[in-house]
Amino acid sequence: MRQRSLVILTSVLTSGALTLTACGSRDDSGDKGDSGTTTYTIGVDAPLSGENSTTGLGIQYGVQVAVDDANKNNWVPGVKFKVKALDDKAQPASGQQNATALVGDKTVIGTVGPLNSGVAQSMQQVFASANMVEISPSNTNPELTQGKNWQTDKKRPYKTYFRTATTDELQGSFAADYAFNGLKKKKAFVVDDKQTYGAGLAKIFGEKFKGLGGTVVQTDHVNTGDKDFGSLVTKIKNSGADLLYYGGQYDESSLITKQLKDAGVKIPLFGGDGMFASTYIETAGKASEGDLATSVGVPVDTLPAAKQFVETYKAKGYKGDYGAYGGYSYDAASAIIKALKAVKDANGDKLPSDINDVRSKLIPEVQKSDFEGITGKVSFDQYGDTGNKQLTVYQVTNGAWKAVKTGTVG
Amino acid sequence: MNTLPQQLANGLLLGSMYGLIAIGYTMVYGIVQLINFAHGEIFMTGAFGALTVYLYILPDGTTLAVAVPLMLIGGAIVAVLIAVGAERFAYRPLRGAPRLAPLITAIGLSLALQELVRNFYPGADRARAFPGLDATHDIGSVTIKDADIFLVVAAIVCMSGLAWFVRKSRTGRAMQATAQDPDTAQLMGIDTNRIIVIAFAIGGFFAAVAAVAYGLKYGSIDYRMGFLMGLKAFTAAVLGGIGNIYGAMLGGIVLGVAETLASAYIDGIPGMDKLGGQSWANVWAFVLLILVLLFRPQGLLGERVADRA
Repeated sequence: MRQRSLVILTSVLTSGALTLTACGSRDDSGDKGDSGTTTYTIGVDAPLSGENSTTGLGIQYGVQVAVDDANKNNWVPGVKFKVKALDDKAQPASGQQNATALVGDKTVIGTVGPLNSGVAQSMQQVFASANMVEISPSNTNPELTQGKNWQTDKKRPYKTYFRTATTDELQGSFAADYAFNGLKKKKAFVVDDKQTYGAGLAKIFGEKFKGLGGTVVQTDHVNTGDKDFGSLVTKIKNSGADLLYYGGQYDESSLITKQLKDAGVKIPLFGGDGMFASTYIETAGKASEGDLATSVGVPVDTLPAAKQFVETYKAKGYKGDYGAYGGYSYDAASAIIKALKAVKDANGDKLPSDINDVRSKLIPEVQKSDFEGITGKVSFDQYGDTGNKQLTVYQVTNGAWKAVKTGTVG
Repeated sequence: MNTLPQQLANGLLLGSMYGLIAIGYTMVYGIVQLINFAHGEIFMTGAFGALTVYLYILPDGTTLAVAVPLMLIGGAIVAVLIAVGAERFAYRPLRGAPRLAPLITAIGLSLALQELVRNFYPGADRARAFPGLDATHDIGSVTIKDADIFLVVAAIVCMSGLAWFVRKSRTGRAMQATAQDPDTAQLMGIDTNRIIVIAFAIGGFFAAVAAVAYGLKYGSIDYRMGFLMGLKAFTAAVLGGIGNIYGAMLGGIVLGVAETLASAYIDGIPGMDKLGGQSWANVWAFVLLILVLLFRPQGLLGERVADRA
């Protein structure tokens, strides 16, 4: 008996150990320079290690470039900014801890992040209670700004939450339109990773694809962290689909596309902005050739206003991939910084001494944002969604993502 | 098209990999009654050892026919050294301590190994590409890759070698004796410490073989790959009867096939469409484990032995 109970005990212990992650909270006090300058912090929350970290680091350093610019060019006279980047490991629980830590830090005026929609859900409430602005450069799930019943009854759940990315409603529709009309694909196999982002995107794609006259031959779901997709690949092969649509991140989709092509199924994999990263191509290798992904906005490299940003990012040798959200992170941080300027101006060129005052006065100013950012015009509608609704389809061509179509959904 | 042969092949391949890793759990458990939860990470370090040989030691452009045996050797050296080192410095000092102590040590060791690789191996904070053996062959309606052939051949060769070693060689018989009763074995002149080290080393070697097969098959490795594979392999070892080497391989194959078939066909059963598909594979794998343990608590090939006090 002793041995068997040992086996049971160990199983329980391991699962317990998994759920425990290092917990910790910090409570930094305000940092007021004595020479008349005030230092404020822009918080960043994104996955900085492990899965999704390529794009996560792009967010961190996108914000860093904005903060450096603000300090160098004196965007807000008398105020210096710094960045406090916390790693959420793409896990909602870590995101919530980080949000609490950022709210507790009395120098933080607003936060850029997170990367994942599922993480955002756990953070929104924390920021809302603290009246602190949160701008995500990449969350695309419609529920975050338009409420649970966004399809029938749009209702904004949190007035502190904004985003510079367009929603999956538009992204999924844009992808479906390109797949049906651009690629002339008629039979799609739809797979998602059951996460807030992936499942939402896959669902919207499926509905729109059917609406256009295509067929969804079969659907399936995978777990994040899965490595072997042999069974799924055989199903896809047998289904006769001419397109695989995947809602999720590159960690799984790069393995799926490789195993799919290795099994002799030469159909393209089409996904969303979650797999638009160089790591996708590095991991999948030649198998990724011809695969497609939609991403929010227009390619940063083609924007004249973003040229300086891209040069600075490369010159500083920052890690991560700025391609997907770097520019949007820059604009998100700019929106917070410019809003602070507006707060200062409205308050007789003086900043409120209480940080809570600064935070709550910042919300309406961010809402009123209206300036030319590096990715285009930065403004927010009544739900906190971006006014810039452009999307781009990218395709892997000769081992690199190439923009093939940019546009907006009608 | 009838997909059953292909799905069976998928399951067999996945199961062979589980089986190779499960050997490490089962041998160590059979001899010292320790569940070495760091074994998944030993598997992971084996993969990184093999990748190191390919990337940093062999000249660029070495053909895989030459590279793979050398990668196997490199991976095996790393995995065996870490397995033996773990035994010597983490587990041996705790021998005779309450059973929970080495268990917690194992969990700590596995986290330490993961973080070491993540922080100090270049680019290991995300998936690293591994050379793949991707040429495919069609046998009837079944498509398999060179990497799959490598996996099957490696599993058969390693298993036969191990069976011969345990049954026929002097050391192997000493192992059986130690597993049966360590104290008496020691009194008969068997150096049990040496036997324990050998058990860890064999486990490490098998893990390295599985790791190279994993890299060649999936084309990428990462610092967390050992966790889920380790957990599955441990399940396979329990399913087959922990302590029994044939049970480990059988348990691996049963688990792999069950998982694959469950994810392939359960959602096709009317009314079960919400309970099938890839994402339910793990659930069905553990349902199977529970069922087997309910009716055969000692596992498929395990023997009902008198519990040691």
